[in-house]
Amino acid sequence: MEYHLTAPLSLEDSKKLRMGDRVYLSGTIYTGRDAAHKRFVEALDRGEDLPFPVEGSVMFFVGPSPAAPGQVIGACGPTSSYRMDAFSPRLLALGQRAMIGKGKRSPEVIQAMQDHGAVYLAAVGGAGALLAGCVKEAQVIAYEDLGAEAVRKLRVENMPLLVVIDSEGNNLYESGPAAWRAENGYA
Amino acid sequence: MRIFSADDLIGPIKRMCIECNRVLPDDVRVRLQALKEEEDSPAALSALEDIIHNYQLAEESQMPICQDTGMALVFIWVGEDVFLQGDLEAAVNEGVRQGYTEGYLRKSIVSDPLRRVNTGDNTPAAVYLFRMPGDKVKVTVAPKGFGSENMGRLKMLRPGDGVEGVKDFVVESVKLAGPNPCPPIVVGVGIGGNFDKVALAAKLSLLRETGSHNPDPYYADLEAELYDLVSQTGVGAQGYGGRSTALAVHVEALPTHIAGLPVAVNINCHATRHMTEVL
Repeated sequence: MEYHLTAPLSLEDSKKLRMGDRVYLSGTIYTGRDAAHKRFVEALDRGEDLPFPVEGSVMFFVGPSPAAPGQVIGACGPTSSYRMDAFSPRLLALGQRAMIGKGKRSPEVIQAMQDHGAVYLAAVGGAGALLAGCVKEAQVIAYEDLGAEAVRKLRVENMPLLVVIDSEGNNLYESGPAAWRAENGYA
Repeated sequence: MRIFSADDLIGPIKRMCIECNRVLPDDVRVRLQALKEEEDSPAALSALEDIIHNYQLAEESQMPICQDTGMALVFIWVGEDVFLQGDLEAAVNEGVRQGYTEGYLRKSIVSDPLRRVNTGDNTPAAVYLFRMPGDKVKVTVAPKGFGSENMGRLKMLRPGDGVEGVKDFVVESVKLAGPNPCPPIVVGVGIGGNFDKVALAAKLSLLRETGSHNPDPYYADLEAELYDLVSQTGVGAQGYGGRSTALAVHVEALPTHIAGLPVAVNINCHATRHMTEVL
């Protein structure tokens, strides 16, 4: 299936998505990598609010390259998501609805996604220039000292994504290669 | 004897840092196109189309191919008839500093692995120094992203494990990495030497023309066999499932000790960036 969705996402939006579905995402999303996620969790531990509304939010794991004059943002492909595995369950429990990244997630993250009806969306890793074209506005909203790792609020249009892990725990990174091996006699 | 001032490296290194982050080399383009033509899994095919579209956009819009513009790896071969005058590392770092700053490339280096403060200009570079015959200086710049670097592995096999042990380790490494290093990947394999030399051999294999063969027919055959085994994992482009797991497998072998069989796997992503100039 193919869906055009606008972030923030409702629970209905995220739960209807199935592994292998294509999503063209528009709306407001937030960025963060490991350094920012560590601060999110430390802020929550101190009883403080996060620098963005987490309910329904979409988090893009990215550290963009600097924007040249006349550009909204530099290259902005996804970073490896497993580095955020220790932190994501905490955000998912607060209503984070989707994560955009690339690469494997831990069983704990996948369980938290199932518990809270969230999805994991893959952007094509290394497609930094292509994805930059989907970003219409970018603004640093927290942790400016982290440079490329600062938290940004992005307005995106028709960002091309693939549902790799859905809210029922179906995982394309497992089943895609397994299906190919079975079809080609290498099982 | 030719006198070569280290400062004469600054300009070329600056230019190469910028250009190779924006322009994907032809050898990688050829392999991506070949994989696209062979791929029959729709998700992997779509990823390959996006990857090809992306490097075209990067070149047109003067934007980096990938936001991870890498740790700057700078390999320098100094001719035996060259007297290289001045502070080589300082000159390389100045070139990297200028390239990453003026080229709007991402600054990804922290000065200390545990205290993690960004140096702000992507220095220091990783500098590798070698000798070669003649009176020239050859420089290769190869920005290395860490999505793929983090998937590297090294194992001290037993001599009795033999070539089967090496094959198992390489395939296991590709499977464990799965989608993380941004497939299709270049698999750099070092065999032999010692603990550190084997890692360098794997790294140096990534500088070869992508898809080229080891000049020793024994190792060229091993590369071909490993390429088939890696493809049969079905990881596919971006790990979505398919045959387009690898752009190439490169193997470099070194003499080793009677008691040892070191093997190292160093992986590069589909944005395998490398550029060489002879000065």
